[in-house]
Amino acid sequence: MATHSKNHYFVPHGSLYPSVLSAGILLLATGFIFSVAMDRSKDLAYLQTPGKWMMYFGTAVILWMVFKWMGAVISESLSGKYKNWEDKSFRFGMIVFICSEVAFFAAFFGALFYMRVLSVPELASYAPDITPYKDFLGTWPSTGPGGNVLGAEYVPPANFKPMHWMGLPLVNTIILLTSGATITWAHWGLIKNNRKQLVVGMALTVALGIAFLACQALEYHEAYTEMGLTLGSGAYGATFFMLTGFHGFHVTLGTIMLIVILLRCMKGHFTPEHHFGFEGVAWYWHFVDVVWLGLFIFVYWL
Amino acid sequence: MSTVTVAHHEEHHDHPTGIMRWLTTTNHKDIGTMYLTFSLIMFLVGGSMILGIRAELFKPGLQLMNPDFFNQLIGIHALIMIFAALMPAATGFANWMIPLQIGAPDMALPRLNNWGFWLLPPAAILLTLPFTLALFGIGDGALATGWTFYPPLSLQGGIGVDFAIFSVHLLGISSVMGSINIIVTLFNMRAPGMTLMKMPMFAWGWLITAFLLVATIPVLAGAVTMLLTDRHFGTHFFDAAGGGDPILFQHLFWFFGHPEVYILLLPVWGFIPQILQTFSRKPMYGYKAQVYSLWAIGALSVVVWAHHFFTAGMPVPALLYFMYSTMAISLPLAVLFFCWIKTMWRGSMSFETPMLFAVGWIILFGIGGLTGLVLADVAADAQYHNSYFVVAHFHYTLFAGGIMGIMAGVYYWLPKMTGHMYSEKLGKLHFWLTAISFNLTFIPQFFLGLAGMPRRIPDYALQFAEFNMISSIAAFVLGLSQLLFVYNIVSCIKGGKKATDKVWEGAEGLEWTLSSPPPYHSFTDQPVVK
Repeated sequence: MATHSKNHYFVPHGSLYPSVLSAGILLLATGFIFSVAMDRSKDLAYLQTPGKWMMYFGTAVILWMVFKWMGAVISESLSGKYKNWEDKSFRFGMIVFICSEVAFFAAFFGALFYMRVLSVPELASYAPDITPYKDFLGTWPSTGPGGNVLGAEYVPPANFKPMHWMGLPLVNTIILLTSGATITWAHWGLIKNNRKQLVVGMALTVALGIAFLACQALEYHEAYTEMGLTLGSGAYGATFFMLTGFHGFHVTLGTIMLIVILLRCMKGHFTPEHHFGFEGVAWYWHFVDVVWLGLFIFVYWL
Repeated sequence: MSTVTVAHHEEHHDHPTGIMRWLTTTNHKDIGTMYLTFSLIMFLVGGSMILGIRAELFKPGLQLMNPDFFNQLIGIHALIMIFAALMPAATGFANWMIPLQIGAPDMALPRLNNWGFWLLPPAAILLTLPFTLALFGIGDGALATGWTFYPPLSLQGGIGVDFAIFSVHLLGISSVMGSINIIVTLFNMRAPGMTLMKMPMFAWGWLITAFLLVATIPVLAGAVTMLLTDRHFGTHFFDAAGGGDPILFQHLFWFFGHPEVYILLLPVWGFIPQILQTFSRKPMYGYKAQVYSLWAIGALSVVVWAHHFFTAGMPVPALLYFMYSTMAISLPLAVLFFCWIKTMWRGSMSFETPMLFAVGWIILFGIGGLTGLVLADVAADAQYHNSYFVVAHFHYTLFAGGIMGIMAGVYYWLPKMTGHMYSEKLGKLHFWLTAISFNLTFIPQFFLGLAGMPRRIPDYALQFAEFNMISSIAAFVLGLSQLLFVYNIVSCIKGGKKATDKVWEGAEGLEWTLSSPPPYHSFTDQPVVK
């Protein structure tokens, strides 16, 4: 059979990073389970301290391995090992990864729609004398469990208020949309080989990401201290905090990645032709942006 | 574009030996071997758990274990068999064979590939650790809810539930990483000239599987995360007191769970036609029809999930929708069955072990499919739901349709992977022992289910005694015959008649153009496909 070589595909050296990373994850997970084991049985309270130490150690291993792994990728990239063929693999891979992230958020959006449209109205529609949930409050946003439920007494917070879309959430929407524009402007700078525009655009994007996180921290603080809105506030509290919380977690990761890319831009790691690292993070940032728009519409506004 | 490079890959000649080779490897064959070995070990672990169950069910009354331990064995058996035996076996074949079949030098993302595998052993440890911890008085054992984690039981369970939640997270990350790798490899690494519609059927089966995994595994991850926050952080996703609903979990779980069935089966539907073609010595019938049917089944599989809980309470229009859409899957599946049979039709057939498994697989998987059609009927399901009929049905699809398919693949590719022929006599013996004892184990369970014996209960009424006894004895024969499988594999690795490059007279495809076993780095120069 005739052979034909496009070019040589780069297969990296064997590496311990993935297996040690997995060991770190095992430590973190086991440690977490130990540290919350007393939730189910008071006899297991003694596991809390070793569990915490396992979590710290596991997290340290994970961070160290991610740092080393990404470092290896960056040095391979700089030494010219990645050509167009490898580049295409990374692009496909990043797209599929972002699709899986979309599916993860879809689960929580699904839970929100299900509870709001189906379960909350249905629970409220039962005649009070045939349901154990006598004082269930079927309004949306639900103020959480109320009254005597299966022997446990729930007291909804007196000052409960849902999060309004005006104010911080609107500011955060503007911040994120602006950051989407600044990162695109930085990308234009990169394509034109204008290092100054690139670095300024990236620095602006990082600043906007940090500003978003600060606003969200402020919002959570207000929710807990002034509005009686907590994770335990029924269907509304659970979906509000899990959706915005996981989004915030992704913004945090995205900001860290943006900072790394900013430093790499300042060092001149990227060329107009060859900058997947930049683009991958930019795609991730846009994805986070789009999820936020969904949150703004369905969690805060409607 | 066309400079032929010969002296590359010198950077790989220093690959480490011993344990470090396996911990660090980025080679697709090494990683495939690790997946397959892991799968075989976990198959035996999960199998011995269920032998404990069958021993308990040998006669009425409680003999060997308390009901809680019985429940733990059932749930962990299922999780191990699905996530740690079947899925890694399919991924192992993907790693071994996809680069060889499409003429690629390796998988597209080799280090990610290694991580995908090395997430599995920690996940298996998390699944089984609670058993060990319970021996030392820590916690009360493993997950005891069955593999489905249904709340409210899973909200009340002990630390075993938390361990299982994190195990599912790791298994999920592993599957998503594996899927990313396979999708990228299939889109970016095919040999020049190999268009999508020239890809081997196994590659097509895996491509659709990988899309399903990427779309549904994260939903499962979300669902078990909600379970975790309900258990420890006071949310009310599945607690009606706060406006949540346990049925919400069933929707999220089965949105993943039903496609999961096809995730387990599509890779097998990929390589079984290749085996049929090889041993019928004629081209595959209806390649295009098969590819389109795989797509149709993949697409339908994500919109039928609620048929797993018809009896949980749903509006009638929803029941009807899920019934009709489920039954619609049988149309593309019937096309596939037709193509498989037509591939053999008037072929010059011979019955080596892989072919025996493949033909037996068609018949037994057919029974699994037809009983599924019965379960999809809302009215009939009211009787069958949660009975042993369901257990028998899904073992016909997942043991016969999944594991026996994988065994066909093992015997088909083992000579290529090891360079030695396995013992045909022992291979055939393994097939007949497996096929007969499998049927003797599960046919009685259809009748038990129809007569009303419920699943997941350690005790039963006297009228069920005879069928349970038959089923238990046959299950032990089935379990012990798998030791022969292990023996066949080990002795084939150690030695045996030298395999030729083509191995099988009628074999077609790029993997048969390489030596047996293939060189450590194959297709560093891509072949051109005409």
